[in-house]
Amino acid sequence: MTEAIRLLIGTRKGAWFLDGDAERADWRLNGPKFLGQIVNHLVADPRDPRVVMAAVSTGHLGPTIQRSTDAGRTWTEASRPPAFPKGEPHGRSVNHTFWLEPGHASEPGVWWAATSPPALFRSADGGDTWESVAGLNEHPKVLDWLPPDGGTPDGAIVAGIAIDPRDAAHMYLATCSAGVLETTDQGATWRPLNQNVRCDFLPDPYPEYGQDAHQIALSPTNPDRIWQQNHCGIYRLDRPGERWERIGEAMPREVGDIGFSIVPHARCDQTAWVFPMDGTEVWPRVSPGGRPAAFRTRDGGATWERQDKGFPAEQGWFTVKRQAMCGDAASPMGLYLGTTGGEVWASTDEGESWRQVAAHLPEIYSVAVAPQA
Amino acid sequence: MTQVLIPSQLTSYTEGATRVAAAGATVGAVLDDLDRRFPGLKFRVVDEQDRVRRHMRIFIGREETRSVAHPLGDADELLIFGALSGG
Repeated sequence: MTEAIRLLIGTRKGAWFLDGDAERADWRLNGPKFLGQIVNHLVADPRDPRVVMAAVSTGHLGPTIQRSTDAGRTWTEASRPPAFPKGEPHGRSVNHTFWLEPGHASEPGVWWAATSPPALFRSADGGDTWESVAGLNEHPKVLDWLPPDGGTPDGAIVAGIAIDPRDAAHMYLATCSAGVLETTDQGATWRPLNQNVRCDFLPDPYPEYGQDAHQIALSPTNPDRIWQQNHCGIYRLDRPGERWERIGEAMPREVGDIGFSIVPHARCDQTAWVFPMDGTEVWPRVSPGGRPAAFRTRDGGATWERQDKGFPAEQGWFTVKRQAMCGDAASPMGLYLGTTGGEVWASTDEGESWRQVAAHLPEIYSVAVAPQA
Repeated sequence: MTQVLIPSQLTSYTEGATRVAAAGATVGAVLDDLDRRFPGLKFRVVDEQDRVRRHMRIFIGREETRSVAHPLGDADELLIFGALSGG
C-alpha cells in the first residue's frame, strides 16, 4: 500500500489540488483556489506538510505570496512579499515569483523564492516577510549574469533552486542567462558552474556563463549527482567534479535532448526521466512528431528508453513546462506531468504506462507532490 | 478625505467595498493610508520603486497620472482601474 497522495497544480488561471487514493488509481480535483490569478508555483513543505506556499500574481496586480498552514483550506497573504529594496541602483521590481523552495531541514521556517526579473529572496518566518539576498541580487556581475530584460517569453528568471540536503549553506540556482550558479555560504557569494555546457545561441559555444538552465535536480540518495535539463541538452555533473557531461547525446536523434523538466528517481541515482520537446528550426516546444513520450535512463544517462504507453500515438502536441513534471517517493515510483493544454498525466509504474487523470484545466505551470496532511 | 474608487481586482482587500475614503496629500499618501487599513493593497498597485504597475491605471478625476507624487486635494476623487491585461 502506498500513502494517499496530493498533487499541487499551479496554472495560469488559479490553483487546484488533485487528490489520489492510496492506490493512486482514483483522482479527484479540489479547487479552484485563486481563480483567475496566475499561480506559477504551488509547493508543500516537507518539514510540515500542512504548510503550502503559492506564488501568485494577476495580469493587473503585482505579485504576492499566499501561505496556508492548514493544507490549503485557508490562506494568508504575505505581509511583505519578495521585493527589491526601494531605490536599488538597477531600478528593478519583482514581476513575479517563479519558484518557491522550502529551506533546509535544519532551518524550519526558512523559504527561498526565485523571481523574474532574476533574483533570489529569503524568508525566515514561514513566508510572511521576504528579504532580498544581497549576495546575488547586488553582486558586481549581476547585470551580466542576470540581466532583467530578455530571457523567457514570460521574462528573465531564476528558474529553480536546489539545496544540498547535507549542508544548508550549499545551494545551486538554475538561471536563464547564467546557467547554474553555486554558493557554499548560503548566498553570500556565488560562482558559475557551467563547464562543458553548450550555448548554441552565443558566439562562444562554451562560455563561463550565459547558458539557459531550464531545470536542475539533485539525486535524493546522492546529492553529489546533479541532473540538468538545459536549453541546449541534457547534462549530468558528479561533484566535486566541475565538468558537465552531455548525457543527452545518447537520446534518439529524431527526438533530441531538448526539454524543460528532469526528474531523478527517489531512490536510485542512476535513474532519471525527461520529457523531450521539439527544439528544431523555430523551436515548436511540443512533443517531437506529435508523439508524446517520457524517456528514462537507468544507467546515469548512457542509454535512454522511450516510455509512451498510454500517451496519444499521434497528433499529441504536448508542452510540459519547467515545474510541471515531478515524481513521488512511493514504490514503484509515481510520475506526474501537466501540459499547457490543461491535462494531468500520471504513471504509477515508473513511466512504463501513463494515463490522463485530469483534463480541461487552464494552462498548467507547475505540478508538485505533497503528502496528505 | 479623498474618495477612492476601488476596482474589482482589489475588492478582496476592501471587504467588497468599491468606494472608500482615504487621507493623504498625494496619490502615494492616499495609497499608504489605504494600505494601513487594507494590508497588501498598495503593493499590488504600485511596485517597490513607486511605479504604478503596467496594467493598473490611476486617475484624479478625469486626469490620468503615473506618479505617486501627484498632489491631491480633499475635493479630488481618485479612481483606480485594472486596465486591459491579456486573455
